[in-house]
Formats: sequence, C-alpha cells, structure tokens
Amino acid sequence: MYNLSTWDWETGKKLIADTGKWKDSFDWVEEPYVSPDGERIAAVVKTGEMEYSVCENNTPWESTFDKVWYLKFGPDNRLTALVSDTGVWTVAVDGAAWGNTFDFVWNTKFGPDGKNITVAVQKDMEYFAVTNDIPWETRFSALSNLTISHDGSRVAGVVPTIAIKQGDIFQFQEGCYSVAVDGKPWDVNFVNVWDLAFSHDGEHVAAEVRTSLYDYTIAVDGVLWDKIYTSVWMPQFSPSNGSVTAPVRIAGKWTLVQDGKSFWDRSFAQLWHHMYSPDGKKIAAVVASKYGRWTIAVNGIPWSLTFGDLVTDAVFSPDGNRVACIGKEGGKWTIAVDGKVWGAKYDMVWQPVFSPDSEKVAAKVERNGQYTIIVNGKPFKESYKALGEPVFSPDSAKILIKGIQEDSAGEKYFRQVVPVTEIIG
Amino acid sequence: MAEPAMKQSDETGEIFDKGIDKGLARLTPEKIEQVINKVLSAETGARLKTYVNTCVHCGLCSEACHYYLSHDNDPKFSPAGKVKQTIWEILKKKGKVDHKFLKKAAEIAYTECNLCRRCAMYCPFGIDIAYLISVMRRICHMLGVTPLYMQDTAHSHSATLNQMWVKEDEWIDSLFWQEEEAQDEMPDLRIPIEKEGAEIFYSVIAPEPKFRAQLIYQAAVIFNVAGVDFTMPATPGWDNSDQCMFSGDYEMMGRLKKAHFETAMRLKVKRIVMGECGHAFRSVYDVGNRWLAWKMPPIPVTHAVEFYYELLKQGKIKITKKYDKPVTLQDPCNISRGRGLHEKARYVVNALCEEFIDMQPNREHNYCCCAGGGVINTGPPYKMKRIDGNRVKAEQLFAAKARGAKVVIAPCHNCHGGIEDINHHYGLDMELHFLGDIIYKIMEKPA
Amino acid sequence: MHDVYNFVSGPLVWVSFIIFFGGCLYRLISMAVLAKKKDVFVYEYMSFKYGLRSIFHWIIPFGTVKWRKNPILTIVTFTFHICLILVPIFLCAHVILWKESWDIGWWYFSDTTADILTGIVIACCVFFLIRRIVLPEVKYLTSVSDYVILAMVAAPFITGFWTYHQWPGCKITGIVHIIAGEIMLAAIPFTRLIHMVYFPFTRGYMGSEFGAVRNAKDW
Repeated sequence: MYNLSTWDWETGKKLIADTGKWKDSFDWVEEPYVSPDGERIAAVVKTGEMEYSVCENNTPWESTFDKVWYLKFGPDNRLTALVSDTGVWTVAVDGAAWGNTFDFVWNTKFGPDGKNITVAVQKDMEYFAVTNDIPWETRFSALSNLTISHDGSRVAGVVPTIAIKQGDIFQFQEGCYSVAVDGKPWDVNFVNVWDLAFSHDGEHVAAEVRTSLYDYTIAVDGVLWDKIYTSVWMPQFSPSNGSVTAPVRIAGKWTLVQDGKSFWDRSFAQLWHHMYSPDGKKIAAVVASKYGRWTIAVNGIPWSLTFGDLVTDAVFSPDGNRVACIGKEGGKWTIAVDGKVWGAKYDMVWQPVFSPDSEKVAAKVERNGQYTIIVNGKPFKESYKALGEPVFSPDSAKILIKGIQEDSAGEKYFRQVVPVTEIIG
Repeated sequence: MAEPAMKQSDETGEIFDKGIDKGLARLTPEKIEQVINKVLSAETGARLKTYVNTCVHCGLCSEACHYYLSHDNDPKFSPAGKVKQTIWEILKKKGKVDHKFLKKAAEIAYTECNLCRRCAMYCPFGIDIAYLISVMRRICHMLGVTPLYMQDTAHSHSATLNQMWVKEDEWIDSLFWQEEEAQDEMPDLRIPIEKEGAEIFYSVIAPEPKFRAQLIYQAAVIFNVAGVDFTMPATPGWDNSDQCMFSGDYEMMGRLKKAHFETAMRLKVKRIVMGECGHAFRSVYDVGNRWLAWKMPPIPVTHAVEFYYELLKQGKIKITKKYDKPVTLQDPCNISRGRGLHEKARYVVNALCEEFIDMQPNREHNYCCCAGGGVINTGPPYKMKRIDGNRVKAEQLFAAKARGAKVVIAPCHNCHGGIEDINHHYGLDMELHFLGDIIYKIMEKPA
Repeated sequence: MHDVYNFVSGPLVWVSFIIFFGGCLYRLISMAVLAKKKDVFVYEYMSFKYGLRSIFHWIIPFGTVKWRKNPILTIVTFTFHICLILVPIFLCAHVILWKESWDIGWWYFSDTTADILTGIVIACCVFFLIRRIVLPEVKYLTSVSDYVILAMVAAPFITGFWTYHQWPGCKITGIVHIIAGEIMLAAIPFTRLIHMVYFPFTRGYMGSEFGAVRNAKDW
C-alpha cells in the first residue's frame, strides 16, 4: 500500500528528468522504471568498460557493478537492483549494496509498505531466501514459488527436503518436496508443491499440492484436505474468517471449494485467479463460462459479457462492490468493469486501477506504440512514449500520470497531476 | 540424466525399461480394469466411438507410417495395426487385459508412434489415429506404466516447470552468460530480461540453456541485428516444451501451458516467438491451450520459421552471401501438418541458400523424423528401435544426397535429434543445421 | 411361397427401412449428443468451409495423394460405392415396385446396364475379398466380422444377379435377394457399414482441424 497522503498532489506538470540526454552520457541505457510516487525515474546504464550502474533522475549511483538487473521500486519508493561485483551477487537498495553476497540473487519481492525486501538466493549450490540482508538459517537444494506474507514479514517457498536421485522416478513419486516457511520446512512431503498463499495474519500457509501423479489437493500448514481432485489451482485465505478456498477440477469441470467442501454451486470450463474483496465478503474469479469464452464470476455468478481470447488482471474496488479486468477479443485488448466493456480497443492494456472511492477506473493503454491513460473509458488527451501505472489521489479527484514524452529537444520524463474531471469531463 | 546401469534388452529382443516394468509390477488385474474403464468412460466419447466404428479395416493408412515402411511393410507397424494391438483389444476385453498386453501396448504407444498425424491424410475417413494412440498413452500414464526417461522429464516439468531440471537461477544465469559471450562479437547486444511491454517474448525449450546454449546466443544476435523488441522472462514459464502432453499427464500439460501464457501476459508482450521446436509448437498452439479452455492461444505464438520469414521478407536481416552448400529441408510434422509453415520454410531456405534440393515426399507429406511425439524422450532403451523405425528417412535423405544435398536443415529440436542418430547409424555423412545456424552464419552483422 | 414373398416384400421392407432410417438417425443423434457432452472440440473446431474442402477432395477419384498412389484400388473403390448406391435405386424392377406400391417412379437403367453394374459390384466384392486375404496389412486387421460385412453387402447383388438370370432355384434366390437387401439396409446403422453415414463427419472434422486451425491440407 502506498502512503498516498505524503505524495505531492498539486495539479500540474513537472519535469523530473531529461531522459533523452542519458543516451549522450552513457553508452548503454536500458528501459526506465519510475517510482510509485513518480518523483524518480531510473534505468540501468553503462558507466565504463564492463561497468554498470543505475542512473536516477539524471544522476548515476556512486556505486558501480559488473552487472545490474531487475530494477524495481518498492512501494516506499526505494529503488532496488540485483547487482554483481567481482562475480558475487547481492541486492543494492538506493545504491547501497547489502553486506551479504551470494552466487546468485533473483526474484525481488516487497512487503506492502516496502520495508521488507526479500529475494531468492543461491550460494555454494544451496538455496534460501534473504529478507533485508538476513538469510534463512536453513539451506535447500532448490527453492521455488517464493511467497511473502501480506505484511511482508514472513517468507515461504517450495523446497526439496529429500536428496533427489537423478532419474529415480519412483523415489520422486514417493514425495520429495515440501514448503519451507521462514526457512523451516513442514514435516510432510509431497510429490509436488506449487503456488502458496499466506493467511492474512501471516500465521498459516496453504499450498497447491500433488500427493501422487494423479491426486491433487490443498495442504494448509502441511495438513491435507481430505478430498482429492484431478487438479487444483492456487488457494486463497479468506480475509474475514480464515477459511481456505481453491479452484478444483471435478469430472472435467472447475469449481470453487472451501476447506475441501463444496462452495460455489456451479462449475466452469475453467476457473482460476480467484480473489477476495477487501472485506472478504465477495469472491471474484476469472472463469471460462463455456469452452473458449472467458469472463469474471462474482460469488459464482458469471457476467454475461464474455471474451474469446482471454480475461486477466481482475481487481476488486476498495469498497468490494465492483470488479474490473482486462479482456481480449479478436486480438484487441480492452477493459471491462462490472460486466460492461469499454468501447475502445487497444494493442495492449494494463491492469485497471480503482480510485479510493471506488467510482473511477483508470488504466494504462497502448495503441500504435503510443501510451495514454484511460479513465472510465475516456482517454486523456496527451500521449506518451512510455508510461507508469496511474495512481489516484486519496480523495479520488486527481490522477497521477508518470510519462515520457518526446519533443524536438528529445525525451523528457514528466510527473503530472491531473484533475480526473479533465479526463472524464 | 545419468544412464541407468541396466541391461536394456535380452536375446529375445525384449526391451527392459524400469519405468514400464516396475510400473507394471505394481498393478493388479482389478486396478488395470478399473483404471482403463475410468479413462474410457470419463475421458473419451464420440470421437473414440466413431473412429472405432468407422474404421473398415482397409489398411489404407499403412503406407503413411514410416515405422511400417521401415519394417518392410510389417502390418504390426501400420497405424491401424497399432490401434488393433492397443485400443481395439482394450475395448474388446472391456479393460480386462494382462501385464504382457500392457507392456506391448505401452511400447507401441510410446515408442512405435510419433503421433505425427500423417496417417490422417491417408485414411479416407480422416480417422485421427494419433488421438487413439494418445488415449492409449493416457491410460498408460494413469496406470503408471510410462518409459523411465520420459517420466523423469515429466517429473522435471512438474517440479521446475521446465523439461531439464533447470533451476530458476541457472536459467537466468545462462541468459547472462550467452549475452556476455555474444557481446564479444557485438558489444551492444542485449538479452533483455523481464522487459515489460516488449513486443515479443522469446521462448525456448529447456535443452537450449542446458545443452545448446549457442542457440540462445544466435537468436540474440539475430534479434539484436534485426532490431527486434524482445524479452525473456526471469521466472518459470520460460520453457515452452511439454513432455507431459506426450506421457499422457494432461493435468501437468495444462499447468505448463498456463505458466507459459501467463508469463507472456505478465510481460505484456504482443506475441510469443518460439525457437525452432516442433513439439512445443503443438503443445502451445493447439493442444495444451485447449486443455485450459483457451480455444486458440490467448497470446499469439509464432514459430521461428515464420518469424525468420517475416524478418527476411521485411528486410530486417540481410544476407552477406548465400550459404553455398546444397541443402535439403526436413519439414517438421508439427509445423507443416501442424501449422502449414512448409511454404514459408522454403521461402526462408531459398532466401538463405544457393541451392535447395527438396526431399521426396515433402511438405505435409514429409516423413516424421521418428524422434517426435516424445519418442526420443524414451531415451537409450528405445534408441535403436527409433533408428530402425525410420530407415525410410535414411533412404529419403540418401536420395536427396544423391541429388547433391550435403546439408540437412531441420528447424525442430526433435527432428535434429532424430536425424542426427539416423545420420550416424546409416552413415549418411550429411551436415545438420538449424535455420538459425545458417542465418547467424551468413547474415550481415554490424562491424 | 407366395405368402413368404408377400411378407418379405411387404412388412419386412417397412421394417428394414424403418431400422435403416431410424437407426442412422439414432446413431447420428447419439453421436452428436455424446460429442456435445464429451468432445467439445468437435463442435468448436468444425468448419463448414474446410470440412467441405476436405470431403470434396476425398470424394473425387484421384483427388488425394492416397488415391493417386493406389490407382487400381481407387478405381475399384469409387466404382463399387457408386454402383452400390445407384443400382438398387435405378434398377427397373425396383422402380416398378415403387410404382406399384406408391405410384411414384423415376428413370431407370436398362436391364443390360443394371446387369453389368451388378456384375461390377460383385467383382468389386471379390476384389475386396481377395485383398483381405492376400494383402498382409489388410489381413492383419481383418476379423470374422469383416467377412460377414462383405458377405452382407455382396449377398443382395449376387442373389439379384442369380435371380435375374433365372438360374436354378431363382424363386428362392429371389426371396433371399429381398431378405439380403433388407438385412444389409438394417445392418448399416449397427455395423461398420455406418462408415458411409459417418464419413462426412469424420472427414469433415479432420479437414477442419487441418484447414481452419493448422493451415494445412489433409489429402
């Protein structure tokens, strides 16, 4: 969650950086990333022979590295990068490298306030997670599906707990994988474990597991549901009562079950990416209401609007009463809100964003290589060469637009705060 | 994967495969019957029934099959002959079949049919024999009677979402490594990782980072020279291959394709361009996506052959001097019968090479390499079976060689593996290349 | 004898036609329903254009690579199927029966033409029989039912031919001819003879998958 109240919400357009000039200063400039508040823009740049750094608002970090990648701003606007120096890897936060070094680092994840920064690492062929430079005490022979709790304080991952003999398919089928939470593995093994989900209090973890090649179910803190299915997708905890729901496949159709018991009373050709409204009262999911037709189902009831290509990136409004998503039909992308589609079609659209009052929906869109922001289906008059995600002001009256525009003098990055009425009229 | 220290066959020619043999040893007659009937009743319907009722046992499909032709027209290797030894028998006996039958059925399904779909063009009724053999494979998977090497690959898919047990860091590191290597040649070259909003997600199969990293290098050079806006992911989902589709583990197949397409969606790319691999194209284009209820791929997929065609046609890559050795072309089943790319492949070959000598038969009618359909993934125990089963390919290549061809272009990993073995075994002594090898070699590169 | 004749040429004809049409309808509908329930792909990917394109190539003699590679078989197959359908419909004796029963009639073959065409059908059946016995790839697939089916198809033509030529026992063969025709008709929906009914669907579906999805030919 961004701390929106501390951001500058004064209407106007502010030049932050002359990004076009970066190319004059450096041989190598990668694609830029902007901070959530729009005050900073950064890119990986080459500062010398085999020497890389990060240029931020026209100024490179003082520190340089052999390699820099995975530039990411946290929710608190701190800038992280995965960096290597003389062959060892670590995380650099605002240019300062962590003290620990590793043989490889990847998959940076942030807690909601940005205070906790977690990565997956490998050192001496052992795998573990590191949060704020503090490594797990236990090491594993692999680590995947790195997942952090809702407050960012806890970390879980899928790990092998038994030394897997190469090519021993029968050993594999006995179960060699488990879930490690903060480095401590569950005392039960599974054939496979995939997506993990933390409860909202961070105390419990649910996992998608396979207990044989054929039996799929959900394990919560290592305890299996007593029902098995022919397949499952990622589980979720209810924010209100702590129950666990997951899409499961029964007789070739998908439905949503709760704690291993039937929940939604209808099934779909597909059902995945279910999510709870903030108050936990509603559940929405991406579903294929019939083969090849995609939509959103809220509490089990699908919209009548469907898309042929795909539906993705669904999001609940803060009040939990509305749902927006991306839909694609005939190769063209658009946004749908509450079962109604926006008329205009684009070459690409990004996940829609609700205003805090839940009344407005904004999205970044692209057409013919030009980007702009659409609010409630209406496009902003300006277009951009590159754009960040739009953010509404706390009072929902303004929108922050972070974009690069090009004029005769070259590319420039602007931070703009625009009254929403200027776009939607 | 280490080769198991085990005897692979006895004097009777019976092949031992731990996956199949040990899998069978776990089965009771009741279990066999129950599993078979469950698959038949829950997962098959009008297609199976109609195909079985429509087949008039005419044998016209026989000459479509390279196994049949390579075994001196032995009817046991004809497409319908293989269905007779598997599905017909199972239906006739209502699932009451014994271990001996199942061993043979598993061998037929996994090692004597490449699911190449050529027979569908020779059966007047268009009976989809590849589908019928896939049903047999599905039954074998559900019974746990699958070849060891293929099953190990399927396990890798399940644990890592890639085919070769490549860990997450190893994947990213191999991209860095190839980028660095290529920068010696082209200092500004970049393999953009996780570049959201790029035009293209370039996806490969896991053997590329594992064994054939130079292909990533070459693709990077081609893409950079052509000014292609591409990216590669730093997460699982980068591998487009799919042995679960072939082992019969369709649930895993779905999981793999979900990861692949969702990676493309997350990266906000317009399309996926994939390397020179045929089976992966099949999985991504019209098999895996269907299991997930995507009627067509949600993000369009373009096979390398078609992509090279675009680059050449649009003048994005230019040729310094045409490749001067006479070449012939292997039409991979999954992109000719599977996508109709044979004419585009010919355009590319003709644009690159001085002299092109077509194999006979060709295009949709070309013979399978005998490695596809997961057959090469059954590993060393069945290697000779695969080579013996494609003598006709050796003859076809000899004929092309007699007409002057010195190089075989095979724009598919499985074709490569299959033809490489045939090349050695039958003493063809021909060079074997991907299209990317040749493009990389003769394209204009910045000085 | 007369009663038997009346029975086989009266009620039994009704029965066989009802079984034939009802059976075919039943098989088609049950296939369609089952496909809707279990084989969603068939409906999703079936394309009128590409299905017909494939069917068209396969019903034209030498219209496919397969037909061109086996010219004798192609000629026999097409001749057989064409005669098999045309002879019973345009045979003078049959047209007369229609006229007598329903007062409807149409053009018919001369007796000599019909006789020759019948002979061709029988010869084709002999060809198929020999093929089944001699060719290893066909023999391997052959079971008793295949001979029975072939006999079922050949029987009405052999008995008809016999009867027409007034060979010994022709009175009996006449009745046998009618029964044989009725058996064949009634057997179509319930044996692999159903292939004639399913052909447009199996071929059409494959043609659709090849053409509409995979941009390739299937002939």
